[in-house]
Amino acid sequence: MATATFEPRIVAFFCNWCTYTASDLAGTARLAYEPNAPVIRVMCSGRVDPQFVLKALEEGADGVLIGGCHPGDCHYQEGNYKALRRFRLLKRVLKDFGVDDERVRLEWISASEGDRVQHVVNEMTNQLRRLGPWRQARS
Amino acid sequence: MAAKPKVAFYWCASCGGCEEAVVDLNETILTVVDAVDIVLWPVAMDFKKHDVEAMPDQSIAVAFINGAVRMSEQEEWVHLLRRKAQTVVAFGSCAHLGGIPGLANLNTRREVFDTCYADVPSLQNPAATRPQGTSVQDHLTLTLPEFFDTVKALDQVVGVDYYLPGCAPPADLIWGAIQAILAGTLPPKGAVLSPNKAACDVCPRKDSKPERLEIAEVKRVATHIADPDTCFLAQGFVCMGPATRGGCGSRCVEGNMPCRGCFGPMDEVSDQGAKFLSAFASVLAPKDEAGIDRLLDQVPDPTGTFYRFSLPTSLLRRRRIGVPV
Repeated sequence: MATATFEPRIVAFFCNWCTYTASDLAGTARLAYEPNAPVIRVMCSGRVDPQFVLKALEEGADGVLIGGCHPGDCHYQEGNYKALRRFRLLKRVLKDFGVDDERVRLEWISASEGDRVQHVVNEMTNQLRRLGPWRQARS
Repeated sequence: MAAKPKVAFYWCASCGGCEEAVVDLNETILTVVDAVDIVLWPVAMDFKKHDVEAMPDQSIAVAFINGAVRMSEQEEWVHLLRRKAQTVVAFGSCAHLGGIPGLANLNTRREVFDTCYADVPSLQNPAATRPQGTSVQDHLTLTLPEFFDTVKALDQVVGVDYYLPGCAPPADLIWGAIQAILAGTLPPKGAVLSPNKAACDVCPRKDSKPERLEIAEVKRVATHIADPDTCFLAQGFVCMGPATRGGCGSRCVEGNMPCRGCFGPMDEVSDQGAKFLSAFASVLAPKDEAGIDRLLDQVPDPTGTFYRFSLPTSLLRRRRIGVPV
């Protein structure tokens, strides 16, 4: 259950060309947002192996955020479509593992949308604060 | 005469197929029996637990253990065998990865019991009897092994030296392992005793795989007959080959059935289901959510399909307890 002191840890995989650049923009524009989502830069959202998401959850992350370029804007033409297909399938599998829907999220954020990074990270952090920690039941 | 090395075979949560696999050595088994002393084999010979307990520690050269660990009795047995044996081999998919019994990790003990002792349509259980840990009848106390919520692979309970993959392991790999043990030529501990190559890499249909795979419609063996010479993925069937270790002899493919993944992942992969999910999703044709979802609806049980043999050894291991199905 969520407590007043619980701060979720979100692992954010941002693509180099769009969402990572957007988070840089958010920084230079001095947009303040929740510090709960340290960013791991990947060259493309299509690089995010579903194992990365599961590994993050297994090692104690409360949520995983994947950020990529808008459809049609991928630096590598099709990487974000691959990410989308993996994400849609992974969400079905995560449901069977009992992982709440809000914990794993995919967002298209272009290089100019620093405010969108701010909004998404704040929103997800607040959702996970309400949802409480992800503790994988072990028995 | 020098004492022959002692060998034990044991079964945990399994179907008996691994015992069949040993018998499938055919006349080779006579060579095995000549070379070793079988000190435990519940399916074929009458030894009891106290016989094993009476043996000195480390006196068994090799214990081949098949089946997953899902009950306290199995847990006791594998601890006992680990103590008595110098080398423990996880034999078959269930001991190696959790196997088919491991799919029960999508449910809890209570849900399994609800199905088995209450909900099955063919069941008659008017007294609503369920297995109890201890029950008293006529002043006698009866104790049953505990049934765990979570099924485990062998190495999640005791140390395992080698893995013989497969459901069931093919005779040539079993024989190769036994020869290596007798000759003392085993690889470093922890090895899976099958080549670290993807099933696709050694598939007889490899040449029919197109340069660029693209699946526009998903087919199922229940509703479509596969062409016997063409790559299953190229035809749109879910085939676990890309994420599965080879060395199986492609028995399923030769029988015109796609790979189901029983050999588990290659050494570099930590989650076979996720790895296959990744490969499969990346070759689907659609690029928009509606089109993707329409295609994914054609895979009725992705978790049970991709993790058919490996759920207990996947990164998340089970459905989170407390989350309803």
